[in-house]
Amino acid sequence: MTALTPCGDWRASYRADTTIFPTRNSRIALLLGILLLCCAPLVFGRFELSLLINIGFLGIAALGLNILVGFTGQISIGHAAFFGLGAFVSAYLHERYHVPVLLCIPLAGIFTAFIGLIFGAPAARLKGLYLAIATLAAQFILEDFFARAQWFTGGVAGRMTESPVLFGFAFDRDESYFYLTLAWVIIMFTAAANLMRSRDGRALVAVRDHYLSAEMMGINLAYYRTLSFGIASLYAGIGGALYAHYLLFASVEAFNILFSIQFLGMVIIGGLGSVMGSLMGAAFMVMLPEVTQMGADLLAGSSIDRALKLGASISFLREMVVGAAIILFLIFEPDGLARRWRLIKAYWKLYPYSH
Amino acid sequence: MDTSLLLQLTLNGLIVGMLYGVVAMSFVLIYKASQVVNFAQGEFLLVGAWVCWWFLTEWQLPFYAGFAFTLVFMMLFGLVLQVVVLRPLIGEPVISVIMATIGLGIFFQALMKWIFGVFAKPFPPIFAMEQVRVLGLEVQTVYLASLGVSLLIMAGFGWFFKASKHGLAMRATAFDQQVAQSLGVSVPKVFAMSWAISAVVSAVAGVVVGVVNGVSSALSFYGIKVFPAVILGGLDSILGAVLGGVIVGLLENWAHYIDSQWLNWGNMFQIAPFYGLVLILLIKPYGLFGTKNIERV
Repeated sequence: MTALTPCGDWRASYRADTTIFPTRNSRIALLLGILLLCCAPLVFGRFELSLLINIGFLGIAALGLNILVGFTGQISIGHAAFFGLGAFVSAYLHERYHVPVLLCIPLAGIFTAFIGLIFGAPAARLKGLYLAIATLAAQFILEDFFARAQWFTGGVAGRMTESPVLFGFAFDRDESYFYLTLAWVIIMFTAAANLMRSRDGRALVAVRDHYLSAEMMGINLAYYRTLSFGIASLYAGIGGALYAHYLLFASVEAFNILFSIQFLGMVIIGGLGSVMGSLMGAAFMVMLPEVTQMGADLLAGSSIDRALKLGASISFLREMVVGAAIILFLIFEPDGLARRWRLIKAYWKLYPYSH
Repeated sequence: MDTSLLLQLTLNGLIVGMLYGVVAMSFVLIYKASQVVNFAQGEFLLVGAWVCWWFLTEWQLPFYAGFAFTLVFMMLFGLVLQVVVLRPLIGEPVISVIMATIGLGIFFQALMKWIFGVFAKPFPPIFAMEQVRVLGLEVQTVYLASLGVSLLIMAGFGWFFKASKHGLAMRATAFDQQVAQSLGVSVPKVFAMSWAISAVVSAVAGVVVGVVNGVSSALSFYGIKVFPAVILGGLDSILGAVLGGVIVGLLENWAHYIDSQWLNWGNMFQIAPFYGLVLILLIKPYGLFGTKNIERV
């Protein structure tokens, strides 16, 4: 029985310590999970699929932010601006230079990473709340730039774009786009999981845990802080590009401060410093408005609904729920859904001796 | 060159800047006392202004009574927020605390939109809308009154910290929490008090802006304008906050002047303080009057 790791720490070599899959069965379980997801278009309707696609590209961007916030300990309140930059760059490359969309997506990621490095270089000197305030300024400056740069973003009207096409096959339906998103999710999450096993990943964590000690051990602080900003922007750019080619439209107003805060919410709810947690956080943040909507629909027509005008003010209600979820998680579950997931796994593993 | 416009904008900048200064001061108060960066400062203005508006229009109270009730409400509001949300987060990393205040900000902004709607609503007329000539400029009495209120609050702060016992306890806590505790200062009480005072003072600023421009969710933008002001002045300096606020007020109005006269880019008014903010962070991250943080391992 190799399904379960015995309790206690049995890792005796570096190889065992850095492995992604502690047992053979955990690898099989993950592959099975991916296989199950591949069957999703056969089971789900359009609405559920669109939710899954949303979770996919938001999860990629949230993972980027988690590498910055959760692994490196640098905070950023401007993630949505980079997400938007990726969306616009990809759309612009396709329309202006007729680059195939499938190529546009990684190119947008690389370009956004480059811009992120430029913003990250001055940010490398800052940390904590100073960095939070600086990235807040970056958010407003980039937003202002988007609104100003008509040639790039289409201004107030927004920019239309097209679906990806591969050898004449268009990813223009939810079913096909789902597979594209899934592929990118697998690529980006595998890359992040492997980054954390590498020398660079350990350096990032060291910078977070104690930056002065890290510097004494020879870790170049400025280099790794800037690098982390670049990686976060890369993920945001790819997520944004996937967003643009899914909605076939990107508008300036979408990438506001509230969206940035939602990304931070995903990271916190999912669990700071957890790769899979980012995806869970994104799923939570995508499902939250839907659940709110369902709750409001359930009450529709009742006296509560009439007294509180639920139907008319559902958009405010959604914002409130986001704010409340962030606060409640911070107070009651600061390590996020990832920890809850570990606890559930441990409960089943130790059942019935869970204490 | 349009000299009278420049003068008018400078005066505007001064008046708005004083209000920024007041809000920045209450932001610094919280930061100094409890090391919490409050991203929900703008929502204090918003909540205060709406509550006062509600007392005046729905309950038809006279201004002084409605205003007094608002201040009492805001005091309780600040206390409850500190005790319920911020106290459990003591000892958590900076990012958690920042995120909690951001969450509070979203929550209350959406709540206010839900209760009071998204459109700006004017206060019932309180002061006669007269024009006064100051140095050859037409100035509304409301603006002068707001300037007076700002100065009054600042003087009040000065007295509170210099002369009162509670102010001394707060300064002691800001200096060193453990030392203050060992001298009999109740640190949790000081934290709660700082939030209460900050909420009250912000609400005064919110009501003043509401009386001048009408109440709307745009008020919460004052909370974001606070950041350039406090970074400029130094995060832990009350004098610096006031000065930073005035500078930001002047900066945005002058940017507006330059923009309207020569550049015609539009929106410079909103965005100029943030360029200033980035510049300051690069050159002098501890601001004009802030204490430089020396770290030891």
